[in-house]
Amino acid sequence: MIAQDLLVALQGVSSEVAERESADWPSFNCPIDSLVAVLKVLRDNHGYDMLVDATGMDNGVDASPRFTVIYHLLSTANHVYVRVAADCADSENPVAPTVSGLWPGADWHEREAYDLLGITYENHPDMRRILMWDSYPHHPLRKDFPLAGHEDDLWDEEIREETGTKVIPAPMAGGPFVSKSSNFEAQKEPRAKDESWNEKKEKPEG
Amino acid sequence: MVSSNADIGYNSKVEGGVIVSKADAVINWIRTHSLWPMPMGLACCAIELMAAGASKFDISRFGAEVMRFSPRQSDVMIVAGTVTYKMAPIVRRIYDQMAEPKWVIAMGACASSGGMYRSYATLQGVDRIVPVDVYISGCPPRPEALLDALIKLQDKVSTETSTQNLFKVKS
Amino acid sequence: MATESKEYSMPDAASRAAQASEEFETEKLELSMGPSHPSTHGVLRLNLELDGEIIQKCDPVLGYLHRGDEKIAENMTYNQFVPYTDRLDYLAPLANNAIYAIAVEKLTGIEVPERCQAIRVLTSEMARISSHLLGLGAYTMDVGALTVFMITFTERENLYTLFEELTGARFTTSYSRIGGVTRDMPDGWMDRVLGFCDHFLPLLDDVESLLSRNRVFVDRTADIGIISKEDAIAYGLTGPNARASGLDLDLRRDAPYSGYEKYDFEVALGENGDCYDRYLVRMEEMRQSVRIIRQVIAQMPEGPYRAEDAKKIILPHKDKTLTSMEELIQNFMITTEGPQIPAGEVYFEGEAPKGALGFFIHSKGGGVPYRMKIRGPSFCNLSILPKLCVGVMVSDIPSILGSFDFVMGECDR
Ligand code: SF4
Repeated sequence: MIAQDLLVALQGVSSEVAERESADWPSFNCPIDSLVAVLKVLRDNHGYDMLVDATGMDNGVDASPRFTVIYHLLSTANHVYVRVAADCADSENPVAPTVSGLWPGADWHEREAYDLLGITYENHPDMRRILMWDSYPHHPLRKDFPLAGHEDDLWDEEIREETGTKVIPAPMAGGPFVSKSSNFEAQKEPRAKDESWNEKKEKPEG
Repeated sequence: MVSSNADIGYNSKVEGGVIVSKADAVINWIRTHSLWPMPMGLACCAIELMAAGASKFDISRFGAEVMRFSPRQSDVMIVAGTVTYKMAPIVRRIYDQMAEPKWVIAMGACASSGGMYRSYATLQGVDRIVPVDVYISGCPPRPEALLDALIKLQDKVSTETSTQNLFKVKS
Repeated sequence: MATESKEYSMPDAASRAAQASEEFETEKLELSMGPSHPSTHGVLRLNLELDGEIIQKCDPVLGYLHRGDEKIAENMTYNQFVPYTDRLDYLAPLANNAIYAIAVEKLTGIEVPERCQAIRVLTSEMARISSHLLGLGAYTMDVGALTVFMITFTERENLYTLFEELTGARFTTSYSRIGGVTRDMPDGWMDRVLGFCDHFLPLLDDVESLLSRNRVFVDRTADIGIISKEDAIAYGLTGPNARASGLDLDLRRDAPYSGYEKYDFEVALGENGDCYDRYLVRMEEMRQSVRIIRQVIAQMPEGPYRAEDAKKIILPHKDKTLTSMEELIQNFMITTEGPQIPAGEVYFEGEAPKGALGFFIHSKGGGVPYRMKIRGPSFCNLSILPKLCVGVMVSDIPSILGSFDFVMGECDR
């Protein structure tokens, strides 16, 4: 019910808004250009006044579109949620519009998505890393980034020289072990889920 | 016969305010019983560190209740929690700021070896960045384990030969 | 040498002399507070720009405890991730365990039995008390009252004893499984919880009499760090911090899960949204938690404590595993492949002690989530700091941070 009404209303903003599969709340796919307009309509006309979460997702190295930004809104009066997702156009350097103009709280969420996924938010007031250190070169939540990490230098030059410590890939010892769901017993052997390096691809040093 | 044994203890009238002992023994005796911790409370283990400081476990029985957040006033750094690569240089910097003599206790699996956080962001053991004297296992270690580590450290401190170092020329 | 501290920047003598000529020109001082500072409760760092004692600009630096939880989640099965939820908000692991399990169950579409729901409510409320107690102790310690810290910690030890009896660990409990809880409550445990409640309420009154009308405490907290209701919504504040500003939002009542609708409780609300109101709201919440605990125990349903019919989700009982072939295979499959969760997307928020703890799970089917986003309430609550701290005195920072009761584990993840 709510989902249908919302869909009609949102299609008034952009005809390309479509329903998105969801196991719980009404959920919509929307073109990235009209994202801010759609969220504004949801906030102003439908009472979804709180942005509870803004994040992104990597759909896989070869997927196109590769990156999706996802927003969860809550209506503090009716206590229902809505999810809005939009695909970023560019797979190499994904760009999304900022919603920190609508909700100042989006500022940090977007910085986090930039930090971990490398999605740049246009017109964001302060597009810096938030969790990793400023000179960190990678975006860890991308699917081609191994859980163990890559070798890198420690950010503090003095300490680097004094201790000789480096950022090294964590010793995974083959784990954490998960086996694939498969009908072939031979493939059921538990092995690391993290397949960014395996027999076929080279393992990072260390 | 029962005597009060009053003469066996230290009596300033008899000994004139003088005790003959080894300097090392005296210095170590003093150091062992006033190990002031620098609580590097970084994550979950810090809660157990606080619990050790609170009334039930009462770390002050071992002379270590004076938690000093100022590195200059502390003797033993208790690294309680996950050290990330972002935090590691800061831990080292604080260690450098502590006055000699200083010791380090690595509390919990994370501080000792990275623990359950085998990931890109976590330093795999604080001993990569500071020298560690005592490791405590557990995730988190119980406060008793911390007290045990403290006693182990006291044992270690009490056998140190610090006066010999006084006359060593630093290279 | 690494001993020099670079954070302070004082202009040299020449430029100071030059400035002195322009009379009463004040100079900005940059102060880096944290990440190792007694009042930052862990590893928050605030880069402050000061004009005298007044803060002109505040730039929080996070990430000193970023351990990569979300990446780890993508690499292990749903059950393997349960211990990591303990360590999000490590002051209330039982609440995190329950909320995480409910999120995954929602995606799966399984219903857990009533007894399991009741146990989850019971443990979540105990976790709330334990978290608020620590928050209160640390808060008052920051504003200079050590006694309360000692009292609350003694109480927490009593709670820890109960947790240990139930789960085997003091606070890294890992008590939930997808589709249930690990084990049933031991005999007589509920009576001991009731005993705790009886003993706890008078103690709370004691604490209140030490603080609520204490001149020093009130002076340091009242009218400090005021958050308006509009700001609370705009910055996504939840939990006691939002309720202290008068935002009437409590997911236990408004979007009931795990059977919260069966219990009677009131939602504590503040009026001014200052540090003192945040303290009052937490005190009242502990009382309400005791009320809920008593009701849960009075109505505790009999029956199984886990969804026995969810065969591909929950591990079979140990005695069956050791004696029956079918269960052995099932045990092996769930352990190695993980519980089989259908494809789909779910976002679930529950009322954790610090606020709304949310899990967004995108599953492509199988035993491992494809993407899991954790919405830490502390992360959102802290995002208001750059706005809130402008114009306050440096000495108010401990009050503000203490009253926020944040925990960096779930903020940085
Ligand atoms: S060892 Fe365990 S309890 Fe301690 S900091 Fe690490 S994860 Fe937390």
